[in-house]
Amino acid sequence: MGTFWRFLRSPAFAPWLITAGLLLVWEAYCRLLDVSPFVLPAPTTIAHSMVRFWPAIWINAEQTLFTTVAGFALAVGFGLALGVAIGASPWLYQALYPLLIGFNAIPKVALVPVLIVWVGIGTIPAIITAFSISFFPIVVNVATGVATVEPELRDVLRSLGARQRDILVKVAIPRSLPYFFASLKIAITLAFVGSVISETVAANRGIGYLMVKDAGENVPRMFAALILVAVLAVVMYGVAALVERRFTHWATRGVDQAGGTTGF
Amino acid sequence: MAGQAAAQATASPFVDIADVALTYGGAAAKGGGTLALEHCTLGVGKGEFVAVVGPSGCGKSTLLKLVSGLHPPSAGRVAVDGEAVTRPLKIVGMAFQNPIMLPWRTTLANVLLPLEIVEPHRSRFRRERAAYAERARRLLATVNLAGFEERFPWQLSGGMQQRASLCRALIHEPELLLLDEPFAALDAFTREELWDVLQALWLERRFTCVLVTHDLREAVYLADRVVVISNRPGRVVMEQAVGLPRPRRLANAWDRDFVDLVHVLRDKISEVRQAA
Ligand SMILES: Nc1ncnc2c1ncn2[C@@H]1O[C@H](COP(=O)(O)OP(=O)(O)OP(=O)(O)O)[C@@H](O)[C@H]1O
Ligand SMILES: [Mg+2]
Repeated sequence: MGTFWRFLRSPAFAPWLITAGLLLVWEAYCRLLDVSPFVLPAPTTIAHSMVRFWPAIWINAEQTLFTTVAGFALAVGFGLALGVAIGASPWLYQALYPLLIGFNAIPKVALVPVLIVWVGIGTIPAIITAFSISFFPIVVNVATGVATVEPELRDVLRSLGARQRDILVKVAIPRSLPYFFASLKIAITLAFVGSVISETVAANRGIGYLMVKDAGENVPRMFAALILVAVLAVVMYGVAALVERRFTHWATRGVDQAGGTTGF
Repeated sequence: MAGQAAAQATASPFVDIADVALTYGGAAAKGGGTLALEHCTLGVGKGEFVAVVGPSGCGKSTLLKLVSGLHPPSAGRVAVDGEAVTRPLKIVGMAFQNPIMLPWRTTLANVLLPLEIVEPHRSRFRRERAAYAERARRLLATVNLAGFEERFPWQLSGGMQQRASLCRALIHEPELLLLDEPFAALDAFTREELWDVLQALWLERRFTCVLVTHDLREAVYLADRVVVISNRPGRVVMEQAVGLPRPRRLANAWDRDFVDLVHVLRDKISEVRQAA
């Protein structure tokens, strides 16, 4: 009994508790005020719709998951390479930063019509949108990690005759890994945003497409699709967090060491 | 012994700093940059242990950067072992106030780092890793870190990290060891313990050593010669030979001749600081 109560009050259980509470309030609100399911369907209605239309929802969710992961993978490869390059070369950093900031400020919805002109509709624009929205945090984080090597450590290595490449491989890249993994968590959720945005305009498959189609028609299914995206994003986030913990245990446990200068 | 080293120093010093000036930021910078050193001349004989003291910001760390080749002088000449220093030397080991170990490497792997970079070890490293690891273990054992090889640096205390950092500076058997306030962040007991560790290593290997410190007792305890630098722009204003017999012992660190030397240095530094 004691352990059970302790579990209920533990941080591990807290998200379930809060989510369940939220759903309860939502359900009560819809029922007590008799809200129309075309405005805001109750959680039970959505769940019902999810089960009933599962095949249709899943086909679209699969598409979204695919374009998201593909765009995210591209962002990881590209972001890592560009981040290391920018972090290692002050010249590149100066040269590319305004461009990157500018590009990041463009709302990616505005990009989709351009992509339609260039590559048509479907999978490709969704992947590109997911990519373009998610690579920025990876680049910035990796570049920060690489660029902020302690000058004294650099001196120790340089006084040994280390070349720029040695410093990069032995120190800069390993020390930027915590930054990199932290950025993955942000990037994966952004990638979902990107692919769904693209699908609402330029696709005939995918969660975004389904939602636009269902708006005003099958609102419970629209909400079911929406919630599935959220669930998928949470799962992917969890995977990223797991990978992060696995590879950078030294950064979290070595709080005193890394803490002062890197902010971990 | 100290006398012999000093004689060598006058003939052809191993480290030869001749009328050196260094300006940070360059003359083009706003306000002309910071003149850290000017007319600075210092020779260090081979195998000699020199301590450098002086007011804060007078250019002691800068001096070490010059000797190691990390920073070129704006004027004058720096030579080590008869050759002008134009780029980072490879015969140097360095340690700083902050031990700056790599937190993702074990203590052993941290100590091995220089061997992965410096030739000729670099090209042999993969093949002879076991032998090198054995060498690192022995070195760690001499500073009482046996049994901590597989720990991560952040699992060690500050003093233990500093000892590991000394090992890293010495693993490739450098001819020249440059230490920038390596013990400044430690408590008095650990610091004195590490004095003996460093003294023992030096007596055994006889590398040339330049130690920057704020602790005058540390300077007198360890060095053959103590050099006092003036306020910025720094130059050498006093060279004090320390003739005390070796190995020096903590028990003697309150003896009359020891304390007298500390007072001489202390007076000189206050005088230099007043001159600002
Ligand atoms: N990278 C740098 N850029 C510009 N100025 C610098 C730089 N490093 C040092 N200086 C300046 O040069 C002067 C000498 O600095 P240095 O670090 O050599 O002093 P120090 O004697 O080691 O001082 P401390 O005892 O406090 O460590 C200082 O006035 C400092 O402001
Ligand atoms: Mg200094």
